[in-house]
Amino acid sequence: MADIGIIKKSIKSCGLCCTKLENFGVTFGKTEILSGIDLHIHCGDLTAIVGPNGAGKSTLLKAILGEVGYTGKLYFLDSEDCQRNPVVGYVPQRLDFDLGAPISVLDLFSACLSSRPVCLGHSRRLRERASASLASVQADHLLDRCLGDLSGGELQRVLLAMALDPSPDLLLLDEPVSGIDIQGKELFYNLVSDLRQQYDLSIILVSHDWSLLSRYADRIILLDRTVQCCGTPEEVFSNEKVLRAYGPAIREELGKLRLKPKIIHGGGGVHA
Amino acid sequence: MEIWYAFVDHFLPFAWSQHTFMKNALLAVLLVSPVFAIMGTMVVNNKMAFFSDTIGHSALTGIAIGVLLGFQDPLWIMVIFSVLLAVAISLLKNMTGASTDTVIGAVSATMVALGIVILSRGGGFNKFSRFLVGDLLSINPKEVFLLVFTLMGVTLLWGIMFNKFLLVSINPSLARSRGIPVRLVETLFCITTAVIVTISIQWVGILIINSLLILPAAAARNISRNMRQYHVISILITLTSGVAGLLMSYYWSTATGATIVLFAALFYLGTLLLKPRFS
Repeated sequence: MADIGIIKKSIKSCGLCCTKLENFGVTFGKTEILSGIDLHIHCGDLTAIVGPNGAGKSTLLKAILGEVGYTGKLYFLDSEDCQRNPVVGYVPQRLDFDLGAPISVLDLFSACLSSRPVCLGHSRRLRERASASLASVQADHLLDRCLGDLSGGELQRVLLAMALDPSPDLLLLDEPVSGIDIQGKELFYNLVSDLRQQYDLSIILVSHDWSLLSRYADRIILLDRTVQCCGTPEEVFSNEKVLRAYGPAIREELGKLRLKPKIIHGGGGVHA
Repeated sequence: MEIWYAFVDHFLPFAWSQHTFMKNALLAVLLVSPVFAIMGTMVVNNKMAFFSDTIGHSALTGIAIGVLLGFQDPLWIMVIFSVLLAVAISLLKNMTGASTDTVIGAVSATMVALGIVILSRGGGFNKFSRFLVGDLLSINPKEVFLLVFTLMGVTLLWGIMFNKFLLVSINPSLARSRGIPVRLVETLFCITTAVIVTISIQWVGILIINSLLILPAAAARNISRNMRQYHVISILITLTSGVAGLLMSYYWSTATGATIVLFAALFYLGTLLLKPRFS
């Protein structure tokens, strides 16, 4: 019953679906990477996972994907409170791509969406579908470009478009914008943030961008082998544990952030 | 086969095509080339050049085991052995988490050494040297039929699995999120590579079989922009260098496999020089 209460509180524009992790853990050989994780990830929420390198952030995503084995429970409840397998969209880190291969954006789309070998060419229907998907992330001009020729921001938008087709219940973003310039990051975060209104999905985002997270995330989870701290950006940033470990970094990033509203306010004042 | 002989007699009335062994070899080249072209593109995508090399070299141990068991024609023993090895390597890779090239390097050297030790017992290694260099001209009609089945098998497998192979090679996590059983697909690809390489080894030769797999794909990669171009160019390069290599080896009386590889290497060099124009 308590679970249902939590779900109800988080209803936004979408349904009642929810991904639950109970006593979740991952162990490689004798090394315990993650343990004792209890999380409810609600539909319509952008949940950000932060933590030091080696904290197990990517491993958590890979375990949710089913790529690595885990202990404990992981299940997805849809709006009728029935358990089913969720459709998962995944945007990997940019570094994991072999950008020398002659693969066009359309090739990548078709490989995901159809079983017809992409080396035989593409059907018109698929081309239109891919083009429409790309248009939703402002990337339809990239359809025939080679993956290796895309900039970091462009590649991530293409991957985001792919993750959204077919429409997922759960969207996993693994440091999607690391190493991308600030304009690219802003554009990407804006797109992801808008998804909450357009789609019925929950988003889990692994990131290091404190300042952007505080603006866009609904909830932040500090992960280091287990959940250290969890709450709204304000709660997490004022948490003592977090401040002790990341204080300087947060203050610096938040400082940058506070600068912006001040300038806007100043402008408004002049007009008045 | 009769139809093929009649076809060659009618359309290719040259001195070289009078010999039956050349007719067989030409058909074999035409069958093997597309298989190697489409396998090679995927091997290069998967960064598995070293893996296929190891499978080739390990054929020595396969032959040795066949000889120990007293088989005249060690082909089936070689195939079974290389499949087991391919599965073992992919398991080892997943279990130890060690860098793949380290695992493969260790296996490769061990297998070559083991093969040489067994085969050289009593000083009789020379009679196996045909496996090192390969002899395409010795192919007989029965073996050509084996190649026909291989081509059909690979075409069928590619028709069903190509997109899955491609996604796994691009990014395993992405493939996993699309519901593809990554490990199974990877292992299937390793096994297919092992079977194809091992079947072809007695005609192409252990020493150069990997170049035949890698060079056309690497050349096509330089000048193609999408998967379709990549495959078409790769198939054209293998067919051209295959036929050219066969003919030249006839006139120069050189080893056929090596001559084919040299032509493929020329293509690679050419496309490397053209590359700036295409990027």
